[in-house]
Amino acid sequence: MIPTDTGSKNFVEMHRVSLRYGEDGDGTLALEDTSMRVDRGEFVAVVGPSGCGKSTLMKVVTGLWPATKGGVIVNSKEVDRPLSITGMAFQNPTLLPWRTTIDNVMLPLEIVEPHATLMKRDRAAYEAKAMDLLALVGLKGFENKFPWELSGGMQQRASLCRALIHEPALLMLDEPFGALDMFTREELWLSLQDLWLARRPTVILVTHDLREAVFLADRILVMSARPGKIIAERTIDLPRPRTLESSYDPYAVNLVHELRQHISAARETV
Amino acid sequence: MTDTAIEKSALAVRPVRRRPLSRNKTFRRFLPWMVVFGIFFLWQAAVAGFRIEEFVLPSPTSIFAAMWEFRGPLLVSAGQTFMTTAIGFACAIVVGLAAGVAVGSSSMIYAAVYPALIGFNTIPKVAVVPILIIWFGVGSSPAIITSFLLSFFPILVNVATGIATVEPELQDVMRALGANRWQVIKKVGLPRSMPFFFASLKVAITVAFIGSIVAETVGGNKGIGSFMLVASSRFEVPLAFAALLVTSMMGIIMYTITSTVEKRMTGWATRGPNGAISVAAG
Ligand SMILES: Nc1ncnc2c1ncn2[C@@H]1O[C@H](COP(=O)(O)OP(=O)(O)O)[C@@H](O)[C@H]1O
Ligand SMILES: [Mg+2]
Repeated sequence: MIPTDTGSKNFVEMHRVSLRYGEDGDGTLALEDTSMRVDRGEFVAVVGPSGCGKSTLMKVVTGLWPATKGGVIVNSKEVDRPLSITGMAFQNPTLLPWRTTIDNVMLPLEIVEPHATLMKRDRAAYEAKAMDLLALVGLKGFENKFPWELSGGMQQRASLCRALIHEPALLMLDEPFGALDMFTREELWLSLQDLWLARRPTVILVTHDLREAVFLADRILVMSARPGKIIAERTIDLPRPRTLESSYDPYAVNLVHELRQHISAARETV
Repeated sequence: MTDTAIEKSALAVRPVRRRPLSRNKTFRRFLPWMVVFGIFFLWQAAVAGFRIEEFVLPSPTSIFAAMWEFRGPLLVSAGQTFMTTAIGFACAIVVGLAAGVAVGSSSMIYAAVYPALIGFNTIPKVAVVPILIIWFGVGSSPAIITSFLLSFFPILVNVATGIATVEPELQDVMRALGANRWQVIKKVGLPRSMPFFFASLKVAITVAFIGSIVAETVGGNKGIGSFMLVASSRFEVPLAFAALLVTSMMGIIMYTITSTVEKRMTGWATRGPNGAISVAAG
Protein backbone atom coordinates (compact mmCIF):
# COMPACT_ATOMS: atom_id res chain seq x y z
CA MET A 1 0.00 0.00 0.00
CA ILE A 2 2.71 2.42 1.01
CA PRO A 3 6.14 2.27 -0.50
CA THR A 4 8.35 0.95 2.31
CA ASP A 5 11.65 2.70 2.02
CA THR A 6 13.97 0.40 3.95
CA GLY A 7 17.02 2.44 3.03
CA SER A 8 15.97 5.47 5.08
CA LYS A 9 16.97 5.92 8.68
CA ASN A 10 13.41 6.90 9.60
CA PHE A 11 12.24 4.84 12.50
CA VAL A 12 8.66 6.10 12.60
CA GLU A 13 6.76 7.36 9.58
CA MET A 14 3.16 8.49 9.38
CA HIS A 15 1.78 8.80 5.87
CA ARG A 16 -1.27 11.04 5.46
CA VAL A 17 -3.03 9.42 8.40
CA SER A 18 -6.64 10.26 9.16
CA LEU A 19 -8.47 8.85 12.14
CA ARG A 20 -12.15 9.07 12.87
CA TYR A 21 -13.43 7.60 16.14
CA GLY A 22 -16.59 5.51 16.11
CA GLU A 23 -17.57 2.77 13.69
CA ASP A 24 -20.27 4.33 11.55
CA GLY A 25 -18.16 7.22 10.20
CA ASP A 26 -19.88 10.02 12.11
CA GLY A 27 -17.59 10.07 15.16
CA THR A 28 -14.98 12.69 15.97
CA LEU A 29 -12.40 13.28 13.26
CA ALA A 30 -9.32 13.42 15.48
CA LEU A 31 -6.53 13.36 12.90
CA GLU A 32 -6.69 14.51 9.30
CA ASP A 33 -4.00 13.95 6.72
CA THR A 34 -1.19 13.90 9.27
CA SER A 35 2.31 13.06 8.12
CA MET A 36 5.53 13.01 10.09
CA ARG A 37 8.72 11.07 10.56
CA VAL A 38 11.07 10.42 13.43
CA ASP A 39 14.67 9.24 13.11
CA ARG A 40 16.04 6.29 15.02
CA GLY A 41 17.27 7.49 18.40
CA GLU A 42 15.71 10.90 17.97
CA PHE A 43 13.82 12.71 20.75
CA VAL A 44 10.72 14.38 19.30
CA ALA A 45 8.18 16.44 21.21
CA VAL A 46 4.61 16.97 19.99
CA VAL A 47 2.83 20.09 21.19
CA GLY A 48 -0.58 21.45 20.39
CA PRO A 49 -3.81 22.79 21.86
CA SER A 50 -5.69 20.43 24.15
CA GLY A 51 -8.06 18.02 22.41
CA CYS A 52 -6.24 18.35 19.09
CA GLY A 53 -5.44 14.66 18.77
CA LYS A 54 -2.02 14.26 20.40
CA SER A 55 -2.99 11.17 22.38
CA THR A 56 -4.69 9.84 19.27
CA LEU A 57 -1.44 10.24 17.36
CA MET A 58 0.30 8.12 20.01
CA LYS A 59 -2.36 5.41 19.73
CA VAL A 60 -2.00 5.30 15.94
CA VAL A 61 1.80 5.14 16.01
CA THR A 62 1.79 2.27 18.53
CA GLY A 63 -0.91 0.41 16.63
CA LEU A 64 -3.33 0.53 19.56
CA TRP A 65 -5.91 2.15 17.30
CA PRO A 66 -6.03 1.52 13.54
CA ALA A 67 -5.84 4.50 11.21
CA THR A 68 -8.98 5.18 9.19
CA LYS A 69 -6.91 6.33 6.22
CA GLY A 70 -3.22 6.33 5.49
CA GLY A 71 -0.53 4.21 7.05
CA VAL A 72 2.13 4.04 9.72
CA ILE A 73 5.53 2.45 9.36
CA VAL A 74 7.66 1.68 12.38
CA ASN A 75 11.05 0.02 12.09
CA SER A 76 10.48 -0.59 8.35
CA LYS A 77 7.29 -2.55 8.96
CA GLU A 78 3.75 -1.38 8.41
CA VAL A 79 1.85 -1.18 11.70
CA ASP A 80 -1.28 -3.32 11.65
CA ARG A 81 -1.44 -4.48 15.27
CA PRO A 82 -0.16 -3.19 18.63
CA LEU A 83 3.63 -2.97 18.51
CA SER A 84 5.42 -5.01 21.11
CA ILE A 85 8.58 -2.90 21.19
CA THR A 86 7.06 0.10 22.89
CA GLY A 87 7.31 1.51 26.37
CA MET A 88 4.57 3.88 27.43
CA ALA A 89 4.00 6.33 30.26
CA PHE A 90 1.05 8.62 30.85
CA GLN A 91 0.07 11.57 33.00
CA ASN A 92 -1.36 9.09 35.48
CA PRO A 93 1.46 6.78 36.70
CA THR A 94 -0.88 3.72 36.50
CA LEU A 95 1.24 1.63 38.84
CA LEU A 96 -0.36 -1.56 40.10
CA PRO A 97 -1.22 -0.94 43.76
CA TRP A 98 -0.77 -4.57 44.77
CA ARG A 99 2.83 -4.66 43.56
CA THR A 100 5.92 -3.14 45.12
CA THR A 101 7.87 -0.55 43.16
CA ILE A 102 10.38 -3.06 41.85
CA ASP A 103 7.68 -5.57 40.91
CA ASN A 104 5.85 -2.79 39.08
CA VAL A 105 8.99 -1.90 37.17
CA MET A 106 9.58 -5.54 36.28
CA LEU A 107 6.07 -6.07 34.89
CA PRO A 108 7.10 -5.68 31.21
CA LEU A 109 9.79 -8.33 31.68
CA GLU A 110 7.09 -10.85 32.52
CA ILE A 111 5.48 -10.25 29.13
CA VAL A 112 8.09 -9.26 26.57
CA GLU A 113 10.20 -12.02 25.03
CA PRO A 114 12.97 -13.07 25.33
CA HIS A 115 12.98 -11.59 28.84
CA ALA A 116 9.93 -13.52 30.03
CA THR A 117 11.63 -16.84 29.33
CA LEU A 118 15.08 -15.76 30.47
CA MET A 119 13.78 -14.30 33.70
CA LYS A 120 12.45 -17.67 34.83
CA ARG A 121 16.05 -18.89 34.90
CA ASP A 122 17.87 -15.81 36.07
CA ARG A 123 15.59 -13.54 38.03
CA ALA A 124 18.41 -12.13 40.13
CA ALA A 125 20.15 -10.60 37.13
CA TYR A 126 16.96 -8.88 36.02
CA GLU A 127 16.28 -7.70 39.54
CA ALA A 128 19.74 -6.14 39.65
CA LYS A 129 18.98 -4.40 36.37
CA ALA A 130 15.74 -3.00 37.74
CA MET A 131 17.54 -1.81 40.88
CA ASP A 132 20.12 0.01 38.74
CA LEU A 133 17.40 1.70 36.74
CA LEU A 134 15.56 2.79 39.90
CA ALA A 135 18.82 4.13 41.32
CA LEU A 136 19.34 6.14 38.14
CA VAL A 137 16.10 8.07 38.76
CA GLY A 138 16.78 8.47 42.48
CA LEU A 139 14.54 5.73 43.83
CA LYS A 140 17.25 3.75 45.61
CA GLY A 141 15.85 2.38 48.84
CA PHE A 142 12.25 2.52 47.66
CA GLU A 143 12.30 -0.77 45.73
CA ASN A 144 10.10 -2.60 48.20
CA LYS A 145 7.68 0.20 48.94
CA PHE A 146 4.16 0.10 47.57
CA PRO A 147 2.91 2.87 45.26
CA TRP A 148 0.81 4.50 47.98
CA GLU A 149 3.98 4.99 50.00
CA LEU A 150 5.53 7.09 47.21
CA SER A 151 4.91 10.73 46.31
CA GLY A 152 3.40 11.60 42.94
CA GLY A 153 6.79 12.47 41.49
CA MET A 154 8.30 9.22 42.74
CA GLN A 155 5.43 7.23 41.25
CA GLN A 156 6.02 8.93 37.92
CA ARG A 157 9.73 8.05 38.10
CA ALA A 158 8.81 4.43 38.72
CA SER A 159 6.41 4.60 35.80
CA LEU A 160 9.24 5.85 33.57
CA CYS A 161 11.42 2.96 34.73
CA ARG A 162 8.62 0.55 33.87
CA ALA A 163 8.46 2.07 30.39
CA LEU A 164 12.21 1.56 29.93
CA ILE A 165 13.10 -1.69 31.71
CA HIS A 166 12.72 -3.92 28.64
CA GLU A 167 14.87 -1.53 26.60
CA PRO A 168 12.16 -0.64 24.10
CA ALA A 169 13.24 0.80 20.79
CA LEU A 170 10.37 3.28 20.99
CA LEU A 171 9.35 5.25 24.05
CA MET A 172 5.95 6.96 23.98
CA LEU A 173 5.30 9.54 26.70
CA ASP A 174 1.88 11.17 26.85
CA GLU A 175 2.09 14.25 29.09
CA PRO A 176 3.97 12.23 31.71
CA PHE A 177 4.73 15.22 33.93
CA GLY A 178 1.44 17.07 33.47
CA ALA A 179 0.18 16.43 36.99
CA LEU A 180 3.36 17.41 38.83
CA ASP A 181 4.47 20.68 40.38
CA MET A 182 7.15 22.69 38.57
CA PHE A 183 10.10 21.71 40.75
CA THR A 184 9.34 18.00 40.57
CA ARG A 185 8.78 18.35 36.84
CA GLU A 186 12.19 19.94 36.30
CA GLU A 187 13.88 17.20 38.32
CA LEU A 188 12.16 14.63 36.17
CA TRP A 189 13.28 16.37 32.97
CA LEU A 190 16.84 15.83 34.11
CA SER A 191 16.13 12.18 34.99
CA LEU A 192 14.51 11.59 31.63
CA GLN A 193 17.42 13.24 29.82
CA ASP A 194 19.87 11.01 31.71
CA LEU A 195 17.85 7.93 30.83
CA TRP A 196 17.67 8.94 27.20
CA LEU A 197 21.39 9.73 26.94
CA ALA A 198 22.22 6.38 28.56
CA ARG A 199 19.94 4.27 26.35
CA ARG A 200 19.18 6.33 23.25
CA PRO A 201 15.69 5.02 22.50
CA THR A 202 13.52 6.82 19.96
CA VAL A 203 11.22 9.04 22.01
CA ILE A 204 7.94 10.70 21.15
CA LEU A 205 6.87 13.00 23.97
CA VAL A 206 3.48 14.68 24.03
CA THR A 207 3.37 17.74 26.22
CA HIS A 208 1.62 21.06 26.63
CA ASP A 209 4.61 22.57 28.42
CA LEU A 210 6.67 24.39 25.79
CA ARG A 211 9.68 24.83 28.08
CA GLU A 212 9.63 21.09 28.64
CA ALA A 213 9.58 20.46 24.90
CA VAL A 214 12.47 22.85 24.28
CA PHE A 215 14.50 21.43 27.15
CA LEU A 216 14.12 17.78 26.18
CA ALA A 217 13.58 17.45 22.46
CA ASP A 218 15.78 17.40 19.36
CA ARG A 219 12.81 18.47 17.31
CA ILE A 220 9.37 19.86 18.08
CA LEU A 221 6.24 19.20 16.04
CA VAL A 222 3.33 21.62 16.43
CA MET A 223 -0.18 20.32 15.83
CA SER A 224 -3.20 22.30 14.69
CA ALA A 225 -6.52 22.32 16.48
CA ARG A 226 -8.81 19.35 15.82
CA PRO A 227 -8.75 17.65 13.39
CA GLY A 228 -5.03 17.60 14.12
CA LYS A 229 -2.21 17.74 11.66
CA ILE A 230 1.40 18.87 11.93
CA ILE A 231 1.54 22.56 11.02
CA ALA A 232 5.06 23.51 12.10
CA GLU A 233 8.34 21.94 12.96
CA ARG A 234 11.41 23.29 14.81
CA THR A 235 14.81 21.76 15.41
CA ILE A 236 16.43 22.59 18.75
CA ASP A 237 20.15 23.23 18.51
CA LEU A 238 21.14 23.09 22.12
CA PRO A 239 24.11 20.98 23.23
CA ARG A 240 23.60 17.94 25.47
CA PRO A 241 23.45 17.31 28.30
CA ARG A 242 21.27 20.37 28.77
CA THR A 243 21.00 22.13 32.09
CA LEU A 244 17.97 23.83 33.60
CA GLU A 245 19.76 27.16 33.09
CA SER A 246 19.94 26.44 29.36
CA SER A 247 16.16 26.56 29.19
CA TYR A 248 16.39 30.22 30.23
CA ASP A 249 18.98 31.32 27.69
CA PRO A 250 17.75 33.72 24.98
CA TYR A 251 17.73 31.09 22.24
CA ALA A 252 15.42 28.81 24.24
CA VAL A 253 13.22 31.67 25.44
CA ASN A 254 12.76 32.88 21.87
CA LEU A 255 11.87 29.39 20.75
CA VAL A 256 9.24 29.02 23.46
CA HIS A 257 7.85 32.38 22.45
CA GLU A 258 7.70 31.43 18.78
CA LEU A 259 6.00 28.09 19.52
CA ARG A 260 3.48 29.82 21.72
CA GLN A 261 2.49 32.04 18.81
CA HIS A 262 2.08 29.03 16.55
CA ILE A 263 -0.24 27.42 19.05
CA SER A 264 -2.36 30.48 19.71
CA ALA A 265 -2.71 30.86 15.94
CA ALA A 266 -3.75 27.20 15.76
CA ARG A 267 -6.36 27.72 18.46
CA GLU A 268 -7.90 30.68 16.71
CA THR A 269 -8.57 28.69 13.56
CA VAL A 270 -11.07 26.48 15.48
CA MET B 1 18.55 22.73 76.59
CA THR B 2 17.58 20.78 73.50
CA ASP B 3 14.16 20.62 71.96
CA THR B 4 13.55 17.07 73.08
CA ALA B 5 14.42 17.96 76.63
CA ILE B 6 11.84 20.74 76.55
CA GLU B 7 9.27 18.36 75.18
CA LYS B 8 10.07 15.78 77.83
CA SER B 9 9.66 18.19 80.67
CA ALA B 10 6.44 19.52 79.17
CA LEU B 11 5.21 15.98 78.93
CA ALA B 12 6.01 15.34 82.55
CA VAL B 13 4.11 18.40 83.71
CA ARG B 14 1.08 17.79 81.53
CA PRO B 15 -1.68 16.18 83.60
CA VAL B 16 -2.60 12.68 82.44
CA ARG B 17 -5.86 12.99 80.56
CA ARG B 18 -8.09 9.94 80.70
CA ARG B 19 -9.18 8.74 77.30
CA PRO B 20 -12.94 8.71 76.93
CA LEU B 21 -14.56 5.28 77.30
CA SER B 22 -15.90 5.40 73.74
CA ARG B 23 -12.31 5.29 72.40
CA ASN B 24 -11.28 2.34 74.52
CA LYS B 25 -10.59 -0.71 72.35
CA THR B 26 -11.51 -3.39 74.89
CA PHE B 27 -14.71 -1.56 75.65
CA ARG B 28 -15.54 -1.47 71.95
CA ARG B 29 -14.81 -5.18 71.62
CA PHE B 30 -17.31 -6.01 74.36
CA LEU B 31 -19.97 -3.56 73.30
CA PRO B 32 -21.79 -5.95 70.91
CA TRP B 33 -21.89 -8.63 73.60
CA MET B 34 -23.32 -6.18 76.07
CA VAL B 35 -26.04 -5.26 73.59
CA VAL B 36 -26.95 -8.92 73.04
CA PHE B 37 -26.96 -9.55 76.76
CA GLY B 38 -29.12 -6.46 77.28
CA ILE B 39 -31.66 -7.66 74.71
CA PHE B 40 -31.94 -11.06 76.40
CA PHE B 41 -32.26 -9.41 79.78
CA LEU B 42 -35.11 -7.10 78.66
CA TRP B 43 -36.75 -10.01 76.87
CA GLN B 44 -36.62 -12.18 79.99
CA ALA B 45 -37.99 -9.32 82.11
CA ALA B 46 -40.82 -8.62 79.66
CA VAL B 47 -41.88 -12.28 79.46
CA ALA B 48 -41.90 -12.55 83.24
CA GLY B 49 -43.41 -9.11 83.83
CA PHE B 50 -46.29 -9.38 81.35
CA ARG B 51 -46.81 -13.09 82.03
CA ILE B 52 -46.50 -13.95 78.33
CA GLU B 53 -47.40 -17.57 77.55
CA GLU B 54 -44.54 -19.80 76.47
CA PHE B 55 -46.20 -20.80 73.15
CA VAL B 56 -46.50 -17.12 72.22
CA LEU B 57 -43.03 -15.91 73.18
CA PRO B 58 -40.78 -18.18 75.19
CA SER B 59 -38.29 -16.63 77.58
CA PRO B 60 -34.57 -16.76 76.81
CA THR B 61 -34.00 -19.16 79.70
CA SER B 62 -36.50 -21.69 78.38
CA ILE B 63 -35.05 -21.28 74.88
CA PHE B 64 -31.55 -22.03 76.19
CA ALA B 65 -32.94 -24.94 78.16
CA ALA B 66 -34.52 -26.38 75.00
CA MET B 67 -31.31 -25.74 73.12
CA TRP B 68 -29.33 -27.71 75.70
CA GLU B 69 -31.86 -30.54 75.88
CA PHE B 70 -31.94 -31.04 72.10
CA ARG B 71 -28.30 -30.18 71.50
CA GLY B 72 -27.69 -33.45 69.65
CA PRO B 73 -30.39 -33.12 66.93
CA LEU B 74 -29.74 -29.36 66.69
CA LEU B 75 -26.07 -29.99 66.01
CA VAL B 76 -26.86 -32.61 63.36
CA SER B 77 -29.29 -30.24 61.62
CA ALA B 78 -26.90 -27.33 61.82
CA GLY B 79 -24.14 -29.51 60.38
CA GLN B 80 -26.40 -30.52 57.50
CA THR B 81 -27.26 -26.90 56.69
CA PHE B 82 -23.65 -25.88 57.01
CA MET B 83 -22.69 -28.63 54.57
CA THR B 84 -25.25 -27.67 51.90
CA THR B 85 -24.35 -23.98 52.31
CA ALA B 86 -20.64 -24.69 51.98
CA ILE B 87 -21.05 -26.84 48.86
CA GLY B 88 -23.39 -24.33 47.19
CA PHE B 89 -21.06 -21.48 48.15
CA ALA B 90 -17.98 -23.31 46.84
CA CYS B 91 -19.70 -23.94 43.48
CA ALA B 92 -20.76 -20.27 43.43
CA ILE B 93 -17.15 -19.17 43.92
CA VAL B 94 -15.93 -21.32 41.01
CA VAL B 95 -18.78 -20.40 38.65
CA GLY B 96 -18.99 -16.76 39.76
CA LEU B 97 -15.26 -16.22 39.35
CA ALA B 98 -15.07 -17.89 35.93
CA ALA B 99 -18.22 -16.23 34.61
CA GLY B 100 -17.19 -12.91 36.14
CA VAL B 101 -13.87 -13.02 34.30
CA ALA B 102 -15.64 -13.87 31.03
CA VAL B 103 -18.31 -11.18 31.41
CA GLY B 104 -15.88 -8.53 32.64
CA SER B 105 -13.21 -9.06 30.01
CA SER B 106 -15.34 -9.10 26.90
CA SER B 107 -17.80 -6.34 26.11
CA MET B 108 -19.48 -8.73 23.67
CA ILE B 109 -20.16 -11.38 26.31
CA TYR B 110 -21.23 -8.60 28.67
CA ALA B 111 -23.75 -7.23 26.20
CA ALA B 112 -24.97 -10.74 25.35
CA VAL B 113 -25.59 -12.17 28.81
CA TYR B 114 -26.16 -9.24 31.12
CA PRO B 115 -29.89 -8.77 30.42
CA ALA B 116 -30.49 -12.50 30.85
CA LEU B 117 -28.54 -12.47 34.11
CA ILE B 118 -30.56 -9.57 35.48
CA GLY B 119 -33.77 -11.34 34.49
CA PHE B 120 -32.58 -14.51 36.16
CA ASN B 121 -31.57 -12.71 39.32
CA THR B 122 -34.99 -11.15 39.80
CA ILE B 123 -36.73 -14.53 39.92
CA PRO B 124 -37.67 -15.21 43.55
CA LYS B 125 -35.67 -18.33 44.33
CA VAL B 126 -38.34 -19.62 46.76
CA ALA B 127 -40.48 -20.23 43.69
CA VAL B 128 -37.78 -22.41 42.18
CA VAL B 129 -37.47 -24.77 45.15
CA PRO B 130 -40.59 -26.87 44.38
CA ILE B 131 -39.30 -27.37 40.84
CA LEU B 132 -35.90 -28.42 42.18
CA ILE B 133 -37.64 -30.91 44.45
CA ILE B 134 -39.49 -32.36 41.47
CA TRP B 135 -36.19 -32.71 39.61
CA PHE B 136 -33.91 -33.88 42.40
CA GLY B 137 -36.26 -35.18 45.08
CA VAL B 138 -36.26 -34.22 48.74
CA GLY B 139 -32.79 -34.17 50.26
CA SER B 140 -29.61 -32.15 50.14
CA SER B 141 -29.64 -31.31 46.43
CA PRO B 142 -32.37 -28.62 46.41
CA ALA B 143 -30.66 -26.84 49.32
CA ILE B 144 -27.25 -26.96 47.64
CA ILE B 145 -28.64 -25.73 44.34
CA THR B 146 -30.69 -22.95 45.91
CA SER B 147 -27.73 -21.66 47.88
CA PHE B 148 -25.62 -21.80 44.73
CA LEU B 149 -28.24 -19.97 42.64
CA LEU B 150 -28.52 -17.20 45.20
CA SER B 151 -24.82 -16.69 45.82
CA PHE B 152 -23.07 -16.91 42.45
CA PHE B 153 -24.65 -13.70 41.21
CA PRO B 154 -23.05 -11.21 43.61
CA ILE B 155 -19.67 -12.87 43.03
CA LEU B 156 -20.05 -12.71 39.25
CA VAL B 157 -21.16 -9.08 39.24
CA ASN B 158 -18.32 -7.94 41.46
CA VAL B 159 -15.57 -9.83 39.67
CA ALA B 160 -16.91 -8.57 36.34
CA THR B 161 -16.96 -5.00 37.66
CA GLY B 162 -13.38 -5.28 38.89
CA ILE B 163 -12.13 -6.53 35.54
CA ALA B 164 -14.23 -4.25 33.36
CA THR B 165 -13.05 -1.11 35.18
CA VAL B 166 -9.34 -1.60 34.53
CA GLU B 167 -7.98 1.82 33.55
CA PRO B 168 -7.82 2.13 29.73
CA GLU B 169 -4.29 3.52 30.01
CA LEU B 170 -3.15 0.44 31.89
CA GLN B 171 -4.63 -1.69 29.13
CA ASP B 172 -2.70 0.39 26.60
CA VAL B 173 0.52 -0.14 28.56
CA MET B 174 -0.08 -3.88 28.54
CA ARG B 175 -1.10 -4.11 24.91
CA ALA B 176 1.83 -1.97 23.80
CA LEU B 177 4.06 -4.57 25.44
CA GLY B 178 2.46 -7.19 23.22
CA ALA B 179 0.44 -8.76 26.04
CA ASN B 180 -2.38 -11.01 24.91
CA ARG B 181 -5.84 -10.89 26.40
CA TRP B 182 -5.17 -13.63 28.95
CA GLN B 183 -1.98 -11.93 30.14
CA VAL B 184 -3.87 -8.68 30.69
CA ILE B 185 -6.47 -10.55 32.73
CA LYS B 186 -3.89 -12.49 34.72
CA LYS B 187 -1.53 -9.62 35.50
CA VAL B 188 -4.01 -6.78 35.89
CA GLY B 189 -7.68 -7.75 35.70
CA LEU B 190 -7.75 -10.55 38.24
CA PRO B 191 -5.57 -8.96 40.94
CA ARG B 192 -7.52 -5.78 40.51
CA SER B 193 -10.85 -7.54 40.96
CA MET B 194 -9.73 -9.41 44.09
CA PRO B 195 -10.90 -6.74 46.55
CA PHE B 196 -14.30 -6.77 44.81
CA PHE B 197 -14.30 -10.56 44.89
CA PHE B 198 -13.50 -10.88 48.59
CA ALA B 199 -15.96 -8.14 49.47
CA SER B 200 -18.65 -9.96 47.53
CA LEU B 201 -17.98 -13.17 49.48
CA LYS B 202 -19.52 -11.58 52.57
CA VAL B 203 -22.72 -10.93 50.69
CA ALA B 204 -22.58 -14.30 48.93
CA ILE B 205 -22.09 -16.44 52.05
CA THR B 206 -25.07 -14.76 53.70
CA VAL B 207 -27.42 -15.36 50.77
CA ALA B 208 -26.06 -18.90 50.29
CA PHE B 209 -27.02 -19.64 53.87
CA ILE B 210 -30.45 -18.08 53.40
CA GLY B 211 -30.86 -20.18 50.25
CA SER B 212 -30.17 -23.42 52.10
CA ILE B 213 -32.61 -22.59 54.86
CA VAL B 214 -35.33 -21.48 52.45
CA ALA B 215 -35.01 -24.75 50.53
CA GLU B 216 -35.12 -26.78 53.73
CA THR B 217 -38.16 -24.88 54.95
CA VAL B 218 -40.11 -25.10 51.70
CA GLY B 219 -39.52 -28.78 51.24
CA GLY B 220 -36.79 -30.54 53.06
CA ASN B 221 -36.44 -33.37 55.51
CA LYS B 222 -33.06 -32.37 56.89
CA GLY B 223 -31.27 -29.26 58.10
CA ILE B 224 -31.98 -26.46 60.52
CA GLY B 225 -34.77 -24.98 58.37
CA SER B 226 -36.72 -28.20 58.37
CA PHE B 227 -35.96 -28.64 62.09
CA MET B 228 -37.52 -25.25 62.79
CA LEU B 229 -40.58 -26.11 60.75
CA VAL B 230 -41.12 -29.43 62.53
CA ALA B 231 -40.66 -27.86 65.96
CA SER B 232 -43.18 -25.11 65.33
CA SER B 233 -45.71 -27.51 63.77
CA ARG B 234 -45.53 -29.46 67.06
CA PHE B 235 -45.97 -26.23 69.01
CA GLU B 236 -42.58 -26.72 70.60
CA VAL B 237 -42.07 -22.99 70.43
CA PRO B 238 -38.95 -22.74 72.68
CA LEU B 239 -37.27 -25.33 70.48
CA ALA B 240 -38.22 -23.44 67.29
CA PHE B 241 -36.69 -20.32 68.82
CA ALA B 242 -33.61 -22.30 69.81
CA ALA B 243 -33.20 -23.37 66.17
CA LEU B 244 -33.62 -19.75 65.12
CA LEU B 245 -30.89 -18.72 67.52
CA VAL B 246 -28.57 -21.42 66.18
CA THR B 247 -29.27 -20.11 62.67
CA SER B 248 -28.27 -16.59 63.50
CA MET B 249 -25.13 -17.77 65.28
CA MET B 250 -24.14 -19.75 62.20
CA GLY B 251 -24.76 -16.71 60.04
CA ILE B 252 -22.54 -14.55 62.23
CA ILE B 253 -19.77 -17.16 62.24
CA MET B 254 -19.74 -17.54 58.45
CA TYR B 255 -19.81 -13.79 57.92
CA THR B 256 -16.94 -13.29 60.35
CA ILE B 257 -14.84 -15.93 58.62
CA THR B 258 -15.28 -14.40 55.16
CA SER B 259 -14.73 -10.87 56.38
CA THR B 260 -11.50 -11.97 58.13
CA VAL B 261 -10.35 -13.62 54.91
CA GLU B 262 -11.16 -10.40 53.05
CA LYS B 263 -9.06 -8.26 55.39
CA ARG B 264 -6.14 -10.67 55.15
CA MET B 265 -6.14 -10.93 51.38
CA THR B 266 -6.66 -7.39 50.16
CA GLY B 267 -4.86 -5.06 52.53
CA TRP B 268 -3.46 -3.08 49.61
CA ALA B 269 -6.92 -2.02 48.49
CA THR B 270 -7.89 -0.32 51.75
CA ARG B 271 -4.58 1.47 52.24
CA GLY B 272 -4.37 3.14 48.83
CA PRO B 273 -5.97 6.46 47.91
CA ASN B 274 -9.10 4.95 46.45
CA GLY B 275 -9.50 2.62 49.37
CA ALA B 276 -13.09 1.74 50.07
CA ILE B 277 -14.68 -0.74 47.72
CA SER B 278 -18.42 -0.66 47.48
CA VAL B 279 -20.06 -3.94 46.71
CA ALA B 280 -22.96 -4.46 44.37
CA ALA B 281 -25.30 -6.85 46.11
CA GLY B 282 -27.06 -9.47 44.05
N1 LIG C 1 -11.73 6.62 22.43
C1 LIG C 1 -12.29 7.71 21.87
N2 LIG C 1 -13.52 7.63 21.31
C2 LIG C 1 -14.08 8.71 20.73
N3 LIG C 1 -13.51 9.92 20.68
C3 LIG C 1 -12.29 10.08 21.23
C4 LIG C 1 -11.62 8.98 21.85
N4 LIG C 1 -10.41 9.42 22.29
C5 LIG C 1 -10.36 10.74 21.97
N5 LIG C 1 -11.47 11.13 21.31
C6 LIG C 1 -11.72 12.47 20.77
O1 LIG C 1 -10.73 12.78 19.84
C7 LIG C 1 -10.27 14.11 19.99
C8 LIG C 1 -8.78 14.14 20.21
O2 LIG C 1 -8.50 13.55 21.46
P1 LIG C 1 -7.03 13.35 22.05
O3 LIG C 1 -6.20 12.67 21.02
O4 LIG C 1 -7.15 12.66 23.36
O5 LIG C 1 -6.55 14.85 22.25
P2 LIG C 1 -5.29 15.42 23.05
O6 LIG C 1 -4.52 14.26 23.60
O7 LIG C 1 -4.54 16.22 22.04
O8 LIG C 1 -5.82 16.30 24.13
C9 LIG C 1 -11.06 14.71 21.13
O9 LIG C 1 -12.11 15.49 20.61
C10 LIG C 1 -11.63 13.52 21.87
O10 LIG C 1 -12.88 13.83 22.39
MG1 LIG D 1 -4.16 13.64 25.57
